[in-house]
Amino acid sequence: MSALEVKDLAVRLGGTEVLRSLTFSLPRASCLAIIGPNGAGKTVLLRALIGALPHAGTIAWAAGTVLGYVPQKLDIERDLPLNGWDFLRARAALSGGTPALQREALDSVGLAEEALSTPIGNMSGGQFQRLLIAFALLGRPNVLLLDEPAAGIDAPGQAQLSEVLRTLQDTRAMTVLLVSHDLSVVYSHADYVLCLGRHGTCFGPPRAALTPERLYEIYGQPLGFHVHDHS
Amino acid sequence: MSTIIRELTPELGSLALSGLMAAAAGLIGSFAVMRRMVLAADPMSHIALPGIGIALILRVNPLWGALALLLLGAVLIWAVERRTRIATEAVIGVTFAVALAVGSIITSGEALIDALLGAPGMLTLAETAFGIAGSLIVIVFVLRARNALVVRLVSPEIAITASVDVARLDLYFLLAFALTIGLGLRFLGVLLMGSLIIIPAALARRFARNLNAMLTVSVVTAVVATAAGTYVASLARRPSGPFIVMVAGGLFFLSLLRRRKT
Repeated sequence: MSALEVKDLAVRLGGTEVLRSLTFSLPRASCLAIIGPNGAGKTVLLRALIGALPHAGTIAWAAGTVLGYVPQKLDIERDLPLNGWDFLRARAALSGGTPALQREALDSVGLAEEALSTPIGNMSGGQFQRLLIAFALLGRPNVLLLDEPAAGIDAPGQAQLSEVLRTLQDTRAMTVLLVSHDLSVVYSHADYVLCLGRHGTCFGPPRAALTPERLYEIYGQPLGFHVHDHS
Repeated sequence: MSTIIRELTPELGSLALSGLMAAAAGLIGSFAVMRRMVLAADPMSHIALPGIGIALILRVNPLWGALALLLLGAVLIWAVERRTRIATEAVIGVTFAVALAVGSIITSGEALIDALLGAPGMLTLAETAFGIAGSLIVIVFVLRARNALVVRLVSPEIAITASVDVARLDLYFLLAFALTIGLGLRFLGVLLMGSLIIIPAALARRFARNLNAMLTVSVVTAVVATAAGTYVASLARRPSGPFIVMVAGGLFFLSLLRRRKT
C-alpha cells in the first residue's frame, strides 16, 4: 500500500525548471531520504509535496494522510516576542489539540516544559528543531516531512534527533520523508533514497541505488564515502 | 438630565472611538512589526490621500473615499505579493508615492492639511458609528486569528500543513491593516497614522518575551499616546495627529533608556 504516488512531477520557479518528470512511489511506514547537491530541488520537492508550490504532474497521498512538516532551519529573529508555548498553543488551538496531546508531543521529542518559556529566537538549534517536530506532532500526522533536520545542530543533538525519528517510526508507523546531506544518515535510516542530481534522478533502496558511480553522477565529483556492511 | 446626556454623547462616542481605534492599531501593529511590515505601513497610508481628494470633489465624506482606496491598496499589495516577493517593496514604494503626489494635487487648502495631519473637531454620528464598528472588527479579527497569524509568521509552509489558508489570511490581515489606517485618519491624518500602528508595537517588541506581553504593551502604549496626544492637542487647539505621534515617539525614546530584554 502506497503512502505517496508521484508521477511526472515538474515544478518551475521563476521560469526555471527545478524539477522535471519525477516519478516515484513510497510504501506506508517507510523512510525516504532525499539527497542531492545544493540547488537540486530538494526543498522545492518537499514544498510541492505539501501543496505550497504550484506544479505539473500528479502528487497523490493515500486517503487519510495527515502531513507534518518540519522546515529547513528557519531564520527567526532573536527578539521575536514569541515563546515555545505561544507557538505550540497556537498549533493546538488550530487543530483542537488537548494539553495531554501537548505533553505527549513534548515527551516524544524529549523537550522539557521549562524550555518552552524561552523566546523561540533564543532557543538552541536542537531545541528549536525538536519544538518544530513537537509542533508537527500536534496535528497527529501519519506522514512527517523534514528538511535537513540536522543542519546547524551539534553531534549530541543530531544523535538525539535520530533517536526521536526512529522512535516515531517504530511506535507510530509513521511515513518519513527526510532531506539530508549526511549519507551515513541515509544508509542507517532510510528504506529508500531519492537522489536529485544534475544529470537525472535515481530511486531505490540506498544500497542498490547509491553506487559510487551514481554518487559521482549526482554530485559531479567523487565522494569519499564507504558503506560499512555490517550484515 | 437628558440635555446633559445629549451633550455628553458625542464626547463619549469620540472617546470610545479613539480608545478602540488605538487598541486596534496596537494589535494590528504587533503583528505588522513581527512580520517585518514596518516599512510598508507608512506608504500604504498615503494611498488614502487621493481617495480623500476624489471624495471632496464628489462632495461625499472624505472618510469613505479614503477607505475605498485603502482597501483597494490592500488588495493590490496582496496580489503583487502573491506574484513575486522581490518586487513588493519597490511596487509599494512607487505606487504609494505616486498616490501621495496625485492626492496632494487634487486635494488643496485646509482640506489637505486636515487630511495629512488629522482634523480636530466633532465627528458625525455616522463617522463615530463606523469607527467603533471598524475598530471592533479589527480587534476581533486579530484576537480570533492570532493563532493562525503566529504560525504563519513563523513559517507559511508550516501554516499550510496546519490547514491555514495562508493566502486568505494574508488578504484579511492586509484589509484589517488598511481598515485600521482608515479608522485613524480623522485623528492622525494620512502622514502619521502609520506611526501609531508601528511605534507602540516597536516599543512593545523591545520588552516582550511572549505574545501576550507584546499585545498588551502595544495596546496600552497606543491608547495612552492617543489619549494624552488628543488631550494636549485640544488644549493647544491644534490637529491631534502630531501630538499623538510625539507622545508615542517620546514613550519609545524613553523606553530606550531601559535595557532591553536579553
